[in-house]
Amino acid sequence: MDLAAVLAIDILFSVASLALLCAGLAVIFGMMRVINFAHGEFLMMGALSVIIFTDLGVNLWISMLVISPLVVGVIGIVIERVLIRQLYGRMVDTLLATWGLSFFIIGVTTTFFGNTTRGLSAPLGSLQIGDYRTGFYGVFVIVLTVVVLFVSYLALRYTRAGLVARGTMQNAGMASALGIDTPRVYSITFGVGAALSGLAGAVLAPLSGVVPTMGLAYIAKTFIAVISGGGAVLSGTVTASGLYGTIHQVVTFASTPVIGEVALLASAIILLRFMPEGISGRWFRRGM
Amino acid sequence: MKLNANAAGLVVMACAGLATLVGAPALLDLADLFNVTVYIIMSILALSLALVWGYGGIICFGQAAFFGLGGYCYALAAINLGDSTIPIILAIVLPAAFAALLGYFLFFARLSDVYLGVITLVVTLILFNLIGSTAGPEYKLGTAYLGGYNGIPAIPPINLPGDASRFLDIYGLFYLSTGILLIVYFGLRALLHSHFGRVVVSVRENELRAELLGYDVRLYKLAVFTLGAAIAGLAGCLYAVWGAYIGPNVFSLSMTAQILMWVIVGGLGTLIGPIVGCFLLQILVTEVGTQQTLNTYLVLGAILLLFVSLVPRGILPVLGDILQNVRDRVGRRSPDPS
Repeated sequence: MDLAAVLAIDILFSVASLALLCAGLAVIFGMMRVINFAHGEFLMMGALSVIIFTDLGVNLWISMLVISPLVVGVIGIVIERVLIRQLYGRMVDTLLATWGLSFFIIGVTTTFFGNTTRGLSAPLGSLQIGDYRTGFYGVFVIVLTVVVLFVSYLALRYTRAGLVARGTMQNAGMASALGIDTPRVYSITFGVGAALSGLAGAVLAPLSGVVPTMGLAYIAKTFIAVISGGGAVLSGTVTASGLYGTIHQVVTFASTPVIGEVALLASAIILLRFMPEGISGRWFRRGM
Repeated sequence: MKLNANAAGLVVMACAGLATLVGAPALLDLADLFNVTVYIIMSILALSLALVWGYGGIICFGQAAFFGLGGYCYALAAINLGDSTIPIILAIVLPAAFAALLGYFLFFARLSDVYLGVITLVVTLILFNLIGSTAGPEYKLGTAYLGGYNGIPAIPPINLPGDASRFLDIYGLFYLSTGILLIVYFGLRALLHSHFGRVVVSVRENELRAELLGYDVRLYKLAVFTLGAAIAGLAGCLYAVWGAYIGPNVFSLSMTAQILMWVIVGGLGTLIGPIVGCFLLQILVTEVGTQQTLNTYLVLGAILLLFVSLVPRGILPVLGDILQNVRDRVGRRSPDPS
């Protein structure tokens, strides 16, 4: 029973962290059909910001939940203006350019901050369930993910900005004809996506070491989850993370984390064989 | 007068090939010859992506996977068998079979563009993780240990079929690799001028039209993809022989990125371009590796960014245009008698 509770928390954590890691990528992909290869580096910059700002004496929670997303969001907007904008409509070129950007950011970060692993101990202590112990921080990540997703839903559903975003997503030409400044929408979307990635990186920093190359480890599973999710940002991300997070954690529990990761990726390839449009392409075509 | 790029390429490649075969062993010292040999082996890999991406229009980020599989197949089989003939065949056939299976999932689901790229990349990274986790002594095939991130050392060299005591030294490997590169290059040229090759290019140009003309584009893509994997596997086999070592880093993201960059920098849609790009970038990476101020990631990232946003067609097509311009101008001044 206690074991079941711990396993349940682990699965929920696996799902939530995957959803959080994917959110920024999914927002950019859903809106602009752009796969941002530098996504891992956005995560890394978020994590690095937390370390830098807590070292400067800023409160951990403020640097994690406020400063990191802001820093990475601003960097994202600058990147969109300078690079992504030149490549609109060239899907493959965008992917390749952001791949170059990914390496470039790793290079710059290594040059300035060195290639050393920095850590941050997980706050909040541990949670005792019967004979088992699990980190309370994991529960915080789960709650935070739910809040982020819920706020995104409310923003997309009930605000004017959300309406504009959904309109542009469905038909950019029509939105533009109705007077929406679509380049500006794209710019803001990219910024929001980057900020979400920064938040995810910052929140997960205490659970993984922070190195300039840390983002590369997340590339495979976030890409595959977002692509499997399909075009609908929220429902796609949630269902894909739910599916893959569960597979990952259950297989990890039964074998090793590496096999868990492999099972995640392998099941995604099989899923995409039968649903090339992604999960949301099949079931929630009109969703968000 | 139109510059006949085709014939020009043929002549240039034949001359360059001959010059390399004769000149390199005579002029270079052993260490440089060793380096040039790996550039040549990597050029074979570059050609495989030039075929799959440049002519087949298949954005494959998985050439590194087939390359690595070829290397691992050779290593495991050669250590177990002692003789190198069957391992070489395995290093070509197994990656091709793997590609055929993977290609079935990809092309019959009609995945395209970025999706294709991401999935092939993910497969490569799965292999990276999987092979990396095989460090324990329980992971072995016959007498060969997989070795996890340490890789497999002491891979036997290529020997005469049936006679393990007569094996290729570095000069032998150089001649063999150059020979294979030339064979692959001219073979691909011939293939692309055949009926099959023309259909493949037409699929790249307009998939729907090719399909309406009655060609099963899925099968053509699968065939190109499989052939590309076979060539990459052969390159991987030579690479394992070259260093007598293979490790999971062949499946890494930076390896994948470099293969793509050879093609992008050299020129997508040409065969010589990727070979040129491969040589240039490898020389550059070797140079960057010898100094401390500039990080390899930084240099590679900057080059990829520059080429994708400013020279998306690559060096050779741009050079070709410049040459054509010059010729046109000269031609205008002294009118062609024909």
